Amino acid sequence: MIPIARHSALRAVRSQLVPRAFNQSALARLLSTLAVLEQRDGKLQASSLSAIAAAQKLGGPVTAFVAGNGVKGTSAAEAAKIKGLDKVVAVDSEAYEKGLAENYAPLLVENIKKGEYTHIVGGHSAFGKSLLPRVAALLDVQQVSDITGIESEDTFVRPIYAGNAILTVQSSDPIKVLTVRGTAFQGVETEGGSAEIVEGVDPKAPAQTEWVSEELAKSERPDLGTASRVVSGGRGLKSKEEFDRVIVPLADTLGAAIGASRAAVDSGFADNSLQVGQTGKNVAPQLYLCAGISGAIQHLAGMKDSKVIAAINKDPDAPIFQVADVGLVGDLFEKVPELTEKLKSQA
Amino acid sequence: MASGLRILVPVKRVIDYAIKPRINKAQTGVETAGVKHSLNPFDELSIEEAVRLRERKGPLKVENILALSAGGAKCADTLRTAMAMGADRAFHVDVPDSNDGGLEPLTIAKMLKEVVNKENINLVLLGKQAIDGDQGQTGQMLAGLLGWPQATQASKVDIKDDQGTVEVTHEVDGGVETLRAKLPLIITTDLRLNEPRYATLPNIMKAKKKPLEKKTLADFGVEDKKRLKTLKVTEPPARQGGGKVEDVDGLIGKLKELGAL
Repeated sequence: MIPIARHSALRAVRSQLVPRAFNQSALARLLSTLAVLEQRDGKLQASSLSAIAAAQKLGGPVTAFVAGNGVKGTSAAEAAKIKGLDKVVAVDSEAYEKGLAENYAPLLVENIKKGEYTHIVGGHSAFGKSLLPRVAALLDVQQVSDITGIESEDTFVRPIYAGNAILTVQSSDPIKVLTVRGTAFQGVETEGGSAEIVEGVDPKAPAQTEWVSEELAKSERPDLGTASRVVSGGRGLKSKEEFDRVIVPLADTLGAAIGASRAAVDSGFADNSLQVGQTGKNVAPQLYLCAGISGAIQHLAGMKDSKVIAAINKDPDAPIFQVADVGLVGDLFEKVPELTEKLKSQA
Repeated sequence: MASGLRILVPVKRVIDYAIKPRINKAQTGVETAGVKHSLNPFDELSIEEAVRLRERKGPLKVENILALSAGGAKCADTLRTAMAMGADRAFHVDVPDSNDGGLEPLTIAKMLKEVVNKENINLVLLGKQAIDGDQGQTGQMLAGLLGWPQATQASKVDIKDDQGTVEVTHEVDGGVETLRAKLPLIITTDLRLNEPRYATLPNIMKAKKKPLEKKTLADFGVEDKKRLKTLKVTEPPARQGGGKVEDVDGLIGKLKELGAL
């Protein structure tokens, strides 16, 4: 753990140099960030861009890391074009293609030690959530999860209690391991960069889990996590047939992603992966239009950062109306099709 | 290899999921005094799954289910609930109550590692996150410290054979994925794994007789050392409801006015 000792010595010096004020130029010399990229079949995933966006916000040089089957020619090359990256560390190996934490975590730890990074940033996606706490434990540091803000190199903002409280927390660890909320970190320029792709170290740790299969919901729609418009349905839809009949055409008309409340998912109206809320996805689109959703705190946790919220519900006292910018009290089985028709004719 | 399942189920006492938390005046944390608390919902699922593994009579017999909670005196109630649902015994690791969120996941993981080793555990079932801190780290950290395989956000657990092969279907972005691993194993539970049972009165009475041992962090050679310092806890920016409209035309008009269409 020699690198860690050196980092703490650096930290001590740094805190004298920069007594709390966020001094960009002094930091840039000492701070060095590794953005952990998520890729699938050679394509970078949306969480990768938010990891880079957060890493760039920290201020120091940013290195990106990606591993998987033949990534140097695919996702690493894609990453190298992103503006503002120092370099891209890539490990070509079938063993890391599925992002299994058991061998990916030791791989990352070896590369973190070699690069002596002070900050490790990954998206708070299923991949990041599974992998990074394991990495943090191997580095003996306390991770900070799902951050929505960076106040300084050691101070981060994150929601707790389903977004009902906002915690500002200061880390004393020599290496900061962070996962970031995608909707809070955006705006990476995916063209114009020309970072060098360098070979990472591969400790070839044994894979303790075997990937058997996957079942992914296929869809032509925009990705729920990053869509600019989301149309969401809840228990009020009553059945899968009604959900498909009422919600889908409206989403089609608006070019929107489809979301659902936990009640709708539990009742089988919509796929699990469409759940919006504390335990599902967090979304912050330009427009969040929901019907038949009462607005339980767990649901609000996942959508209340949306720019404009519109709600259709027959219960005038539903909590959703307390956060909606525009609310319509009425039967969704009449109002939603009417809305769809009127939007269609205006288009 | 594995003769039976010796399961550890760590549980946490948290503010009830239906309660809207209030931030204290000093902005140092959330008010917990006099607020209804319950078992963390994801931990209920872990206990339920442990009990179902026993009832399912799969290729591996459940030898023992140990529930554990770290926190103030009232954690004992949480552990009685776990035992009323079917856990055989419980450890209460006594940690003074505080409003700073309690032990950090890394500390908990280090403590659990010792428990696993001392109690010869081969399966740990944890909730995927606690609904207070929302960190979602403890299971993965424990797996890392032990060097065990992990399956996070499980929606289905299937013990395949008496050699301890386990298949876990788990939730990933965009769908589900199935993994296969050998015991020992760490699993974190997702909401769709099962429907936890209610503890019946006779079981609640029986649970009172089940062994509940009081422990301290020192028993496991762990210190409550904080890596993270809470600087402040504040209210999220309030959203003002924008009021209601009369009809669909009003809705469209308002959305256009707001620039959303």
